Amino acid sequence: MIEHYLSLFIKSVFIENMALAFFLGMCTYLAVSKKVETSLGLGVAVIVVQTITVPVNNLLFNLVLKEDALSWAGITGVDLTFLGLITYIGVIAAMVQILEMTLDKYVPSLYNALGIFLPLITVNCAILGGTLFMVERDYTFVESTVYGLGSGTGWALAIVALAGIREKLKYSNIPPGLRGLGITFITVGLMAIAFMLFSGIQL
Amino acid sequence: MKFLKNIFEKQEKHFHKGGKLEKFFPLFEATESFMFTSGKVTSTSSHVRDGMDLKRMMMTVVIALIPAVLMALYNTGLQANLGLQQLGQTTSSHWQAQVIEWLGIGHDPSNILGNMIFGALYFFPVYIVTLAVGGFWEVVFAVIRKHEVAEGFLVTSLLFPLILPPNIPYWQVAIGISFGVVIGKEVFGGVGMNILNPALTARAFLFFAYPAEISGDKVWVAVDGLSQATPLAQYADTAMTVSASWWDAFIGVIPGSMGETSTLACLIGAFILIISKVGSWRIMLGTLIGMGITAFALNLIGSDTNPMFGVTPMWHLVLGGFAFGAVFMATDPVSATMTIEGKFLYGFLIGFFVVLVRVVNPAFPEGMMLAILFMNVFAPIIDKYYINKNIKRRQSRYAS
Repeated sequence: MIEHYLSLFIKSVFIENMALAFFLGMCTYLAVSKKVETSLGLGVAVIVVQTITVPVNNLLFNLVLKEDALSWAGITGVDLTFLGLITYIGVIAAMVQILEMTLDKYVPSLYNALGIFLPLITVNCAILGGTLFMVERDYTFVESTVYGLGSGTGWALAIVALAGIREKLKYSNIPPGLRGLGITFITVGLMAIAFMLFSGIQL
Repeated sequence: MKFLKNIFEKQEKHFHKGGKLEKFFPLFEATESFMFTSGKVTSTSSHVRDGMDLKRMMMTVVIALIPAVLMALYNTGLQANLGLQQLGQTTSSHWQAQVIEWLGIGHDPSNILGNMIFGALYFFPVYIVTLAVGGFWEVVFAVIRKHEVAEGFLVTSLLFPLILPPNIPYWQVAIGISFGVVIGKEVFGGVGMNILNPALTARAFLFFAYPAEISGDKVWVAVDGLSQATPLAQYADTAMTVSASWWDAFIGVIPGSMGETSTLACLIGAFILIISKVGSWRIMLGTLIGMGITAFALNLIGSDTNPMFGVTPMWHLVLGGFAFGAVFMATDPVSATMTIEGKFLYGFLIGFFVVLVRVVNPAFPEGMMLAILFMNVFAPIIDKYYINKNIKRRQSRYAS
């Protein structure tokens, strides 16, 4: 059993890397990767949000939204899956709000560094993507916890690596037209080639 | 020599600011520093007097590559001749074979010189295409962006043909090196500013864009219609038996990319790089240790279905591009880590990922290329971690 969860974790971190295999969460990925410290903070925030929201959404899906899921309350024949997207977004928004208040109170430096991007985690496609993948693949509660942790970790790993590269690129003599986002896009493409290392591994 | 020097001095004024050929100064500068040492001296204070400049460093790498190039020539010809013998043919439809006929050498695998000439007819066209196309991009960028044509391209252009299969179409070589030089290096500002190794970037691009010509069983021997798997692929497939002995693989008389088969040649190159301090022994040692420990651990775990679990570290060392990558690719001073501990960690992780990909990833038989590229991506962050650690350690000395 442990082995199964471990392989799911490794799969979600490396093989199905949210940022570099699915290209999800690109807006924050490109925008907040200028400094390693900030991106590490954002990465941790994504890990936390992801690890909480995916299992919570899993519970919601299995106990409320799925067809006949409400049978524990005596209601049968109800299929609420059409409410899925709005519910997941609501849960994510609530989680981000709680995280934001916590950071504001206890880690104000990180709160200030993340700025607008912390609320933007709400609409980070990697977070919603994690939940939707969980629904699609019918993960159990424990599986979805592991998957949330893994996919968040993979995204954090990718953004920290990109931030490291971008800090190094400060010393490069990039053609004027490519400075800023242009070269970042090229860098991310090259990183994705390197991440192909794991594509094809069967776990 | 005096005569040449006079020509250069006479023509120099045209290339300086205000001269009519001002735009082509990088070209002039490159030709001049190719012939003579640069007359430039540092004008401001605080500089190190040392004969070791970029030019000499790159030339050392080129010298270290010579054994690998010689083995590439010999082995490419040998494998092609053996392949012809195996098919029972006396000649092939390739123009290289026609030239051999015309020279009257014949396809005898035991003729060492014949093998070398046959191999050279495969290797040098690829090399020339690489030099011409890659050199073209170098010069274009040097002229437009007004930087010098750097010596680093000499190494990239020699490494790239060595990691290609002999039968690769020349237009693919041209596209590959264009991608490697332009996207892999020049858009970042040229030599010393890239993040991934340009030669490996070029190969990875070809690998994913045209997999038919650079992977599988049919490309490693320069004979049409012959299916000859590399020993690494033979290991991975339970239906095949490994045809080469360990010593064959060590010396390099096995099918594979042109220059990567010979571990012996790579060891000679490693020796030259280490005593001249051009290549980092820490990275090479780290890679070796990482490979050894991972392979040994996988040996212990074992598997009934996957024969790759049983490949010993000794075999991992001689198969595929491990030695070539560890010696010449991983130690690339630009894309590797700079800190001392970082070099060990970087090498160790390359070794770890190579074995991991070889063993558990059925999509690729060989993992050296992508493992190095993958660690190139993480090299800056490893460096940053160790630099910050060092800063903290030194600060704590003065803490009251």
